Amino acid sequence: MAKIIETQDLAVAFAEGDDHNIIFRHLNVSVEKGEFVTLVGVSGAGKSTLLRVIADLIPPYEGSVKLDAADDPTRRPIAMVFQAALLMPWRKVGDNISLGLDGIDVSAAVKKERVEWTLELVGLAGYEDRWPYQLSGGQRQRIGIARALAVDPAILLMDEPFGALDAITRTGLQDELLRIWQETHKSILFVTHDIEEAVYLGDRVLLLGDKPAHIVNEYRINVDRQQRRESEEFLHMVDEVKAGLLAAMALNNGSG
Amino acid sequence: MKSSTRYFLSAVGLAGFLLIWEGIARSGLLETYLLPPPSTIPAALISEIREGIWQVMVVASLRHYTVGFVLGSVLGVGLGVMVALFPRIEASQAWLARVLRPIPPLAWIPFAIIWFGITETAAAFIISIGIFWINYFTAMGAVQAVDKDLIEVARAFGHRSFPALLRKVILPGAAPGILSGLRAGLGQGWMTVVAAELFGIQGIGQRMIEASGLLATNVVILYMFSIALLYGVSDYIFVLVQKRILAWQR
Repeated sequence: MAKIIETQDLAVAFAEGDDHNIIFRHLNVSVEKGEFVTLVGVSGAGKSTLLRVIADLIPPYEGSVKLDAADDPTRRPIAMVFQAALLMPWRKVGDNISLGLDGIDVSAAVKKERVEWTLELVGLAGYEDRWPYQLSGGQRQRIGIARALAVDPAILLMDEPFGALDAITRTGLQDELLRIWQETHKSILFVTHDIEEAVYLGDRVLLLGDKPAHIVNEYRINVDRQQRRESEEFLHMVDEVKAGLLAAMALNNGSG
Repeated sequence: MKSSTRYFLSAVGLAGFLLIWEGIARSGLLETYLLPPPSTIPAALISEIREGIWQVMVVASLRHYTVGFVLGSVLGVGLGVMVALFPRIEASQAWLARVLRPIPPLAWIPFAIIWFGITETAAAFIISIGIFWINYFTAMGAVQAVDKDLIEVARAFGHRSFPALLRKVILPGAAPGILSGLRAGLGQGWMTVVAAELFGIQGIGQRMIEASGLLATNVVILYMFSIALLYGVSDYIFVLVQKRILAWQR
């Protein structure tokens, strides 16, 4: 399979006075076309930072990010879903969704079509003219997802998108995301701190350790998605990833 | 509390105030010129309007006020936004603003007269100063308080140039703060308008000084209420516009 995201010896550092605080170094992560990869890890390891480098919001300190997304002026190669939905409160729902469409080469008619299509996809058809404050937390997050899908990206980066939601809303949105992923064939890199969520959603779970951040382990989830919520195998995988994370944390405490 | 109850009590409060005032003024305890009863004010209004004075004074004051308001607001918001956006400008104004800010608008009256003479420009200049500072600081604060995460969102969705970020995030995000600064300036302007006219520029303030010299204190009170009315109306209109612009707020 072709790799759509590939980081090569990636390092990120933030200036701290004259010094550099290195968040991670020599990080090699890849996502294949159409793959759903979830990323869990020790907190503070730089999971969100990694997404931001891939999205070109932060420059790499060393190394590079290679993206294999076709150059299409009517789309954006990458779109991102944030933890807090982060809608612009002064834009109506429809205008929030079309945020990424302003400035790319699509007609007003296509814009409208994309807004309607994504609203339908996230189950909020007809919500164009509402203000964000009129929505619940779960609905806001759906709009955040619709905004990302509207630019028809090949790659979807998701930064703990369901982390702030209650359990029932979260479960519902997970299933909806899987359905959308299966319908749209996007490649997804999904950061979460919830291991069950990571195992439930991912084709592959990456475990990111700290100091320096690196991929400690990688788990291929071979459980049929229909069976995932309740099967023995699923629970077993969750336990395995949990054990891996605990080991990574212990290692982290031991050395740090 | 029901809103009808609220309106009723508000009306009772105002009416009670006028009644007590009328009672004291008529009791003979005080000379009428010291405290004219409110019932003499309508007569004063009618005579001022008949003589064509009220209209002239109100229009003149409105003119100074409007020029001062626009000038102070545009400069205040413009510079305040700039300062918030550029750390170097922010640093270079820090001490300067600290020196100039505490000078009350009325302390500029001597220079206003020296620079502009006894002219409408002088009055507008003085009015603009107070309005300028209010808008300068609220606009600066409003821009600084814009959610940085929303700027990141805009960047993530392809709006990376400074003008695009300004238009898509910074100005709309700062709009509530900027508008509340403009509203505060609206009130501040009326506070200085009278004082700015005291030294002989035609307007409400000048007429008040004239009337008090003749001990026509009911005329003085008429103009005091005229200011209250003008402020009330301008504030009411502003709030309507503000609500429209900020329809996205709950």
